[in-house]
Amino acid sequence: MNTFRGFVTKEFKQIYRDKRTLVVLFGMPMIMMVLFGFAIRNEISGAQIGILDFSKDEVTRTITQKLEASESFQVMALLENYDEVEGLFRQGDIKEIVVFEPGFQEKLVRENVANIQIITDATDPNLANLVQAYTSNIVRDYVEGLNREAQVQQAGIQPQVRMMYNPELRSVNLFVPGLIAVILMLVSALMTSISITREKEMGNMEILLVSPLKPYHIIIGKVLPYMVLSVVNVITILVLAEFVFHVPFKGSYLFFFLEAGLFIMAALALGVFISSAANNQQTAMMVSLAGLLLPTVLLSGFIFPVESMPAPLQCISHIIPAKWFLIIVRDIMLKGSDLILVWKETLVLLVMTLGFIGLSLKKFKVRLQ
Amino acid sequence: MRIIRFLLRKEFLQIFRNKAMLPILFVMPVIQLLVLSFAATYELKEVDFALLDMDQSQVSRELVAKFQSTGYFNLQAETFDRNKAMEWLDAGRISLIIVVPPDFEEDLTGGREAPVQLIIDAVDGSTAGLIQSYSASILNDLNTEKQVELKIKSAEPAVVQAKTINLIPQNWYNPDLDYITFMVPGILVVLVSMIGLFLSGMNIVREQEIGTIEQLNVTPIRKYQFMIGKLKPFWIIGMFDLLVGLALARYGFHIPFLGSLATILVVGGIFLVVIQSMGLLISTMTNTQQQAMFIAWFIMVVFILLGGLFTPIESMPGWAQNITLANPVAYFIKIMRMVLLKGAGWQEIQAMVYILIGMGSVLMLVSINRYKKTTG
Repeated sequence: MNTFRGFVTKEFKQIYRDKRTLVVLFGMPMIMMVLFGFAIRNEISGAQIGILDFSKDEVTRTITQKLEASESFQVMALLENYDEVEGLFRQGDIKEIVVFEPGFQEKLVRENVANIQIITDATDPNLANLVQAYTSNIVRDYVEGLNREAQVQQAGIQPQVRMMYNPELRSVNLFVPGLIAVILMLVSALMTSISITREKEMGNMEILLVSPLKPYHIIIGKVLPYMVLSVVNVITILVLAEFVFHVPFKGSYLFFFLEAGLFIMAALALGVFISSAANNQQTAMMVSLAGLLLPTVLLSGFIFPVESMPAPLQCISHIIPAKWFLIIVRDIMLKGSDLILVWKETLVLLVMTLGFIGLSLKKFKVRLQ
Repeated sequence: MRIIRFLLRKEFLQIFRNKAMLPILFVMPVIQLLVLSFAATYELKEVDFALLDMDQSQVSRELVAKFQSTGYFNLQAETFDRNKAMEWLDAGRISLIIVVPPDFEEDLTGGREAPVQLIIDAVDGSTAGLIQSYSASILNDLNTEKQVELKIKSAEPAVVQAKTINLIPQNWYNPDLDYITFMVPGILVVLVSMIGLFLSGMNIVREQEIGTIEQLNVTPIRKYQFMIGKLKPFWIIGMFDLLVGLALARYGFHIPFLGSLATILVVGGIFLVVIQSMGLLISTMTNTQQQAMFIAWFIMVVFILLGGLFTPIESMPGWAQNITLANPVAYFIKIMRMVLLKGAGWQEIQAMVYILIGMGSVLMLVSINRYKKTTG
């Protein structure tokens, strides 16, 4: 027991002595949080557009001014004909050209209908969708204003939209749980796998093996410091989410930490498993990156909704622990769910965690004999 | 030159001796490109919805049929109990509730406002936004149809005089709004960056950590020869991976190759030097592979997030857009997309290429200078 305590103390000292890594380890969640909170959004600000006005009348000038006045757009080019569109798009800065048909105002007055053509640079489909939606909102507002002035009442089908759980559609609410998963994977799985592999590469494993420590002692000693780091990081993210971004937390903190503990265990077990298979740190790192981190970022629903993926990938996403963890955490934070609502996901995560732990222990022992 | 050749041979031997490295260098990028390109999509598919049809009229049935015929919406259940529907929403069984109030048809034909309630699960804001805009356009289509019928029948001045402006969208370069076309070039850049940054950075630190760097320092090898010997193998591997990725993009994903392949390869070569210099710089600041890896990973994450890969740079606030100006990954992603998808030529991209060359030179100089200091 004493040997074990000494070993754990050594491991802690080794990590906490290394100031540079510590700064990164604790700074990373903060910087990522700030980036995701402020920079990664699905909104538009200052997108550059061009206007091709064949009518140049009062109405088209008013609509152009409205586009110009909005935060979302900057009118950067006034075109004279269609031939100019291609050149502008090829330069790559202008994303949309708004085309007013000839005799716009006249048509609107006489026939009550006029047409605007919106040409988008759809290389980025997401952006094309967004600029279209923003433009049509501005135009719709303008038309509604006209009809109000003319004392014409709004008739017809009116969608009344209620956004549940996240009324302002803030992407940060969605990103926080995903960010927690990514940071935990990074610290727990990646760092653990590298740190154990390092002992092998440097030849210290033999020394540990002839010591009175049992294999599971070695594993526990290795993973404990990272576990502590993980918990601190989770708390950091939660504090930032709460006080800087005002992300709601409707559920129970205790339940959340239990689930997070489960996920940390799964990540640590994966880290140990990778380290038992890899012979040097470069291999451990590349396997962790490709096998754990990228899937965690891309296949878990962190950034892209799982429902949008093709069926084979949806199947693959089932074996990614982060996917289940994300569903659980989003439900706890935004819907205030308890175990009754997320027992299925929790069970899946539990089975996975136990499986990974069993696998890594077995593999680790085999390597050591 | 001979010395560099020997060094290169040593490095390649070391890389290829490690059985685990080969699949990582050559198979992994291909698999990742395949998987990630299909995963990275915001397209809407199969939204499960519940219906509360309190009107049970001709028009309300038409409305539901319209929703179902788009292929984006999937009717899961019908009920008259609002609470029950809300429970389903809570449990995540559905992501949308459509409520058609009583008298819906009557209001519509009477030239009055006819509201339809859409209750959307907005946990995922971007999906919710899509559900909203798709639903709105379906309702809008239905409304236009009905209004035309009404205008013919009705004598209500209000109905007759309401003005509409129609928006006719036209999507260039990617008329089907296909994500794969857009994502593949970007993901390719990320994969090449990872190989360049991680492996170059760790490779030098490894010699330090194991202690073999001292042996190299007492040989008559010059610093620059050592650097070239360390960087060149991964430059070659990176270029090879880029080529494989491009082939896959063209023949596997059928991405349009409007621009010149030569341009892409030249820029790719320059870009790899920039990224590798960064890895070199990291290696002069760290003593263990773990540190190097971690810092490299951290930088990579920031580069990717601020690179316009997943979310458009145009949607960032001004300060973040300014940060992207110092991000080599953002430039290469932009160049790749412009050249491949829009057929941009040297004219359009030269400014960005000069910036990359500038970055590479500065980073290279700084890291070579620092390296001298570290080995004294």
